[in-house]
Amino acid sequence: MNAPQFDALLSAAEDGIEFEGLLVEQHGDEYAVHILDEEYTELAESELHEVATDHSPYVTDWYYWTHVVDTTKADRLAFLQWLEDADGLSPPERYTKLDDGVTCHWGELAITTTVDEDGIRQYDVRHVNDIDHDAADLDTYDDPLSARDLTTYDDDGRYRPLKTAPTLQSGWTFPALDAPDLLQTIEYIYPATVPNWQREREGELDISHWRDTAERQTGIYEIIEEIDREAVEWIAEACCVDSQCTKRREWQYAEDDHLAADGGDGEYPCREPCSLVVAAARKWTTLENESEKTFQVDLTLSELRQIEEIIDTVAEGRVDEIREADVYEGANRYRARYLRAKRFDEDGELAAHEVEE
Amino acid sequence: MQALVIVAHGSHLNPDSSTPTYDHADRIRETGAFDEVKEAFWKEEPSFREVLRTVESDEVYVVPLFISEGYFTEQVIPRELRLDGWDIEEWDSEDGVSATQATLGAGDVEKTIHYCGPVGTHEAMSDVIVQRAESVTADHDADIDDGFGLAVVGHGTERNENSAKAIYYHADQIRDRGRFDEVQSVFMDEEPEVDDVTDFFESRDIVVVPLFIADGFHTQEDIPEDMGLTDDYRTGYPVPGEVDGHRLWYSGAVGTEALMADVVLERAADAGADVGTAIEQVREATSDEPVAGD
Repeated sequence: MNAPQFDALLSAAEDGIEFEGLLVEQHGDEYAVHILDEEYTELAESELHEVATDHSPYVTDWYYWTHVVDTTKADRLAFLQWLEDADGLSPPERYTKLDDGVTCHWGELAITTTVDEDGIRQYDVRHVNDIDHDAADLDTYDDPLSARDLTTYDDDGRYRPLKTAPTLQSGWTFPALDAPDLLQTIEYIYPATVPNWQREREGELDISHWRDTAERQTGIYEIIEEIDREAVEWIAEACCVDSQCTKRREWQYAEDDHLAADGGDGEYPCREPCSLVVAAARKWTTLENESEKTFQVDLTLSELRQIEEIIDTVAEGRVDEIREADVYEGANRYRARYLRAKRFDEDGELAAHEVEE
Repeated sequence: MQALVIVAHGSHLNPDSSTPTYDHADRIRETGAFDEVKEAFWKEEPSFREVLRTVESDEVYVVPLFISEGYFTEQVIPRELRLDGWDIEEWDSEDGVSATQATLGAGDVEKTIHYCGPVGTHEAMSDVIVQRAESVTADHDADIDDGFGLAVVGHGTERNENSAKAIYYHADQIRDRGRFDEVQSVFMDEEPEVDDVTDFFESRDIVVVPLFIADGFHTQEDIPEDMGLTDDYRTGYPVPGEVDGHRLWYSGAVGTEALMADVVLERAADAGADVGTAIEQVREATSDEPVAGD
C-alpha cells in the first residue's frame, strides 16, 4: 500500500467503505475497520495506517477496483474480475495466484493477469499458440489501436471479414496493458463479445433468432425470409460451428424451434445471424429456388470418391496442406487436373446428360 | 460522458473499405473531444446492432459516414441501432440534403442517441471536395488556377433520387465560390454520365473528384475505365491523364481526404456535442496532409 492509496482510503472513509470483506467507517477523529471477521475500533489515523498496512491486499484491491478501473459499465468490471478468477477468493488468496500470473482464454486469445506490490494489475494479451513464447520473440505492442491491424489479415495474408473467425494471426503480444487499454484491445479483436457475455451471465441476452432476423431484412436481403428451415440447418452447420467461428451460436430457427446443428463451445455467445451469414443466405436462397434434376455422369467409383474428397478438402480449408506430389490425395492438384482433362468437355464443363423422368 | 459513434458500410471482401473510417476516428480521438470514439459497420464488426452496448457514455452522437440521405440513413441504420420511434419526419429534410439530427432513445441501451445526418450532405463537405482537388494537383506540383474545371462524380441511382441531390448540392456550392472556371456533376448510373466527362468542359484541365466514402471497385476500377483514363484498371491510371484533348486529374474517393474528420465533427457539433476546439485542431492538422491512409 502506497501513500496515495492510504490518502484515498482516508478520504473515502468519511462516507464509509464497504468492499469485498473490507469495511471502514469514520466516527469523528476515529476509525473502525472490519476485515472479514477481524474487528478494529477506535483507531487514530496512525493506527488505521498500521492496520491498513498489515492488511495491504484488502486496501490495494479496493483501490484498484474503485480508483484505477474507472468504469460504471458492469460488463467491463465483470470481465476483469473473471480474468483473475475472483469469485469467492479473498484479496490475499487472489494475489498469491496473480503473483504467478492467471491466464484465461477468450476466443483465440490468452490473457494473463499479474499484480504488483501496490495491487496494480498488468495484462498480457497474445494468441493462445504463443503462450509459451518469450515476449522478446514476439512483435510487441502497447497501443490498443494497433490491434485493428492484427485482426485484418490471417497468417496467410488473407482478409478476415469475420473478427471472431478462428484465424487470428499469431506472433504478437501486448505484454503490459492496463485495464482500460486491455478492454479496448479486446473490443478491437473480438467486438462486443464482453457485453454479450455479461448479458448472458445475467440472463439478459437479447437473442434474435433466424426467423426474427430474416423478417427484419429489407432491400436485397429481404428474400432470405423465403429459405426453408432445412436450409437454415445447413447454414448453421456450414458457418456457425467452432471450426468457423469462436462464438457459441445461441440463436435458433425460432425461440421454440431449435436447430440440430452444434452451436459450439465458445466462451462468448452469438446472439443473432451475423452479416456474413445473412449475405451468404441470400445466395443460398436464390440457389435453393432451383429445382432438382437427375443427371447422368460417367465416372469410375474412385472418381466419385475423389469428387467427395475435393469437396471435403475445400470445406475444411485444407487445400494448402496437400503436398504437391501426394497423388494419393483426391484433392491433389495433379489428380484434380487429370480428372478435369478426362471428364470435362470442350466447354470446360463436366459432361453430364439430364435424364428425363 | 459523451461518445462519438461513426457508422459506415464496410465490406466482406475489401479490407480497405473501413480504412477511412478508422483514419477519421483516430484523428478525432487525438483531439480528445469525446470520451469515447467508436466505429461500427454494416458489413464488419462491431455491427450497427451491437455497437451501442459497447459504449459507456450516456450521450451518444451517431454520425453516418455515408454520402446521401436514403436507404441506409433512413431505414437500415435506425432499424439496426434500434432507435426508438424513429420516423423519417424526425429529420425534417424535405429536399433530401438537409437532415441535421434527431434525438432518440435506443432499444437495447439506456442512453440518449443523437442521430445525425450523413456527412455527405453537410455543407462542410464542399470544402473537402475542394481540398481533395487541391491535394491531387499539389501532389504533382500543379496549382489550380485559371483554366481548371471540376467534375464531381456521384454514383447516382434511379432507386434513390437523393443520391444525385447531394452531388448537385455540392457542385452548386462550389460553383458559387468561383474557385473553378466550370463545375459539373456527373454520374455512373444516370445522365450526365462520367463516361462523357470531357464533353461537358471547355477547360483544358479537369479535376475529377468522386463523392464516395472509400476507394473500391467503383472509384479504382469503373470510373477510371469509364472516363478512358485506362483500358485496364490493373495497370493503374496516370495523374494527370490525357483524354480527348483534356488533362484529367482524377483524385480517388473524397472520403479518404483527411479533412473528412472535420465534417464528422461538424455533424456531431450541430447535434449539440461539445467538441471544444476539435474542429479548429482538425482543420489545422489536415491542411497540409493530403490523403488519409497514405
